[in-house]
Amino acid sequence: MIYDIEYETMPREALEAIQFRRLKATIERGYASVPFYQQKFEAAGITPGDIQSLQDLQRLPFTTKQDLRDNYPFGMFAVPMENVVRIHASSGTTGQPTVVGYTARDVDTWAGLMARSLMAGGATRGDIIHNAYGYGLFTGGLGAHYGAEKLGASVIPVSGGNTKRQVVIMKDFGPTILTATPSYALHLAEVAGDMGVSFPDLKFKYGIFGAEPWSESMREEIEEKLGLVAVDIYGLSEVIGPGVAMECYEAKKGLHIFEDHFIPEIINPDTGEVLPYGETGELVFTSITKEAFPVIRYRTRDITSLNPTPCTCGRTMVRMNKVSGRSDDMLIIRGVNVFPSQIESVLMEMQNVEPHYQLVVDREDQLDILTVMVEVSESMFSDEVKTLQGMEKEITKNIKDYLGVSAKVKLVEPKAIARSQGKAVRVIDNRKI
Amino acid sequence: MQAEQISVFLENKAGRLCEVTGVLAEAQVNIRALALADTSDFGVLRLIVDHTEKAKTALKQAGFTVGKTDVLAVEVPDRPGGLHEILDLLQSEGINVEYMYAFVNVTGENAVMIFRFDETDRAIATLQAKGFTILNREQVYSL
Ligand SMILES: [Zn+2]
Repeated sequence: MIYDIEYETMPREALEAIQFRRLKATIERGYASVPFYQQKFEAAGITPGDIQSLQDLQRLPFTTKQDLRDNYPFGMFAVPMENVVRIHASSGTTGQPTVVGYTARDVDTWAGLMARSLMAGGATRGDIIHNAYGYGLFTGGLGAHYGAEKLGASVIPVSGGNTKRQVVIMKDFGPTILTATPSYALHLAEVAGDMGVSFPDLKFKYGIFGAEPWSESMREEIEEKLGLVAVDIYGLSEVIGPGVAMECYEAKKGLHIFEDHFIPEIINPDTGEVLPYGETGELVFTSITKEAFPVIRYRTRDITSLNPTPCTCGRTMVRMNKVSGRSDDMLIIRGVNVFPSQIESVLMEMQNVEPHYQLVVDREDQLDILTVMVEVSESMFSDEVKTLQGMEKEITKNIKDYLGVSAKVKLVEPKAIARSQGKAVRVIDNRKI
Repeated sequence: MQAEQISVFLENKAGRLCEVTGVLAEAQVNIRALALADTSDFGVLRLIVDHTEKAKTALKQAGFTVGKTDVLAVEVPDRPGGLHEILDLLQSEGINVEYMYAFVNVTGENAVMIFRFDETDRAIATLQAKGFTILNREQVYSL
């Protein structure tokens, strides 16, 4: 079902007219109220008056995560604080956190986008939504919560953690929609199993999962273990939070970007050049309705491609494919772009192989050498050397087939791969360039 | 009829074999037979021990990847051509030897070899029909 038929199925021409009007207003307001944008535009020799078409967006400079950090905490706000009703922040695991603000209208816009998303993911009025996204500074919990209320569904604001209690609630309240990160969803199923509760026998019909990248094979695993239809939601707090793009349960093939609020571009992460539909690169967003925290050409660092072909669900909005990696993780091996997540997918697709791996890049005689270290788990271990060698060959072949790059595969003992604070170190680049 | 063998995945790094024997010594496990098959990168260590489960648990706790395989312990007649008789018999039956290795020390008159065949059941029948002795589990572990 479609929450906002008028906008979500709008013919492209009408949509583009609205986009241009809103883009122009955003640029004028950003230039007038945020010193950062004014300085950036001036340095690039551009004024808001130069933007005469949607195409002209490409002439504007990019905004990066570092720019947001440099303006910590409120330097990017385009309205006075008395108009800001909500503040969220992203976790600062790799540096200073980024802080975002919302006006009352922004909160309402966001709730509307989340209502669209929940409905695209199978929810409707009368559904009970078990919302296990974390509530707090993170946008996931409150984003889904406001959307659920806007939709008219009953929302259980259970947040993350206290998993055993969540299982009891799921059993007793009979929620029909699960919203959570995909990894937490699998954890819920595992804990339910330990408690003797069969997850597929619960009342869930749809699960709306996001906030971290997940693969098609993970989707299969979730659908099988949880007994529901799993759909992907995308968003980031810098742009608005969850609800920037949403997969429809009808097609489950890419996420519709709500283009009446956000203009997407795909760029070559090295040159900044805008790439045509279908080509893979870094996703860039310009918000065109936000008041408190407008972003102009914000580089998400997420790697994906855009698909403009009409969708069976009836929505006219362009689809982004599942995010396949992060541009800051990207390795260029002999001219081929390689993302650790792609290697992970190759390993996940193989029987018995577990995706515990590390990529090591060296340069010998001007040539890049990629070594993929794979930990030998009990399920893939054999007492016969030729079987293990066969597995190495198969992994090498699959990497070559899927990624077009030659890699040397090396089997290693479990725990041979360095872990920092519990997270495996996925890439070691020894090249001195 | 079959004996249990444990196998351990080892990276080709100095000192790894010594760590395995250290873990087993600590666990009071006695190694009865052993063989290492290796490539330039990794090796597979195969072991017959007196306490299989104890050895497996100790190695796993030490972080090794451990597997368990059924193998045959066959007495080899202590005379010239003794091993050849066995291999020739299996060859004529079309049964392949995946790998084989000898026991560390054997008391008594015959040598004992560990075999891994592609068709274990047929190997047992073939060998027994020709009068070869296959040791049972208890006999193997107490050798
Ligand atoms: Zn669709």
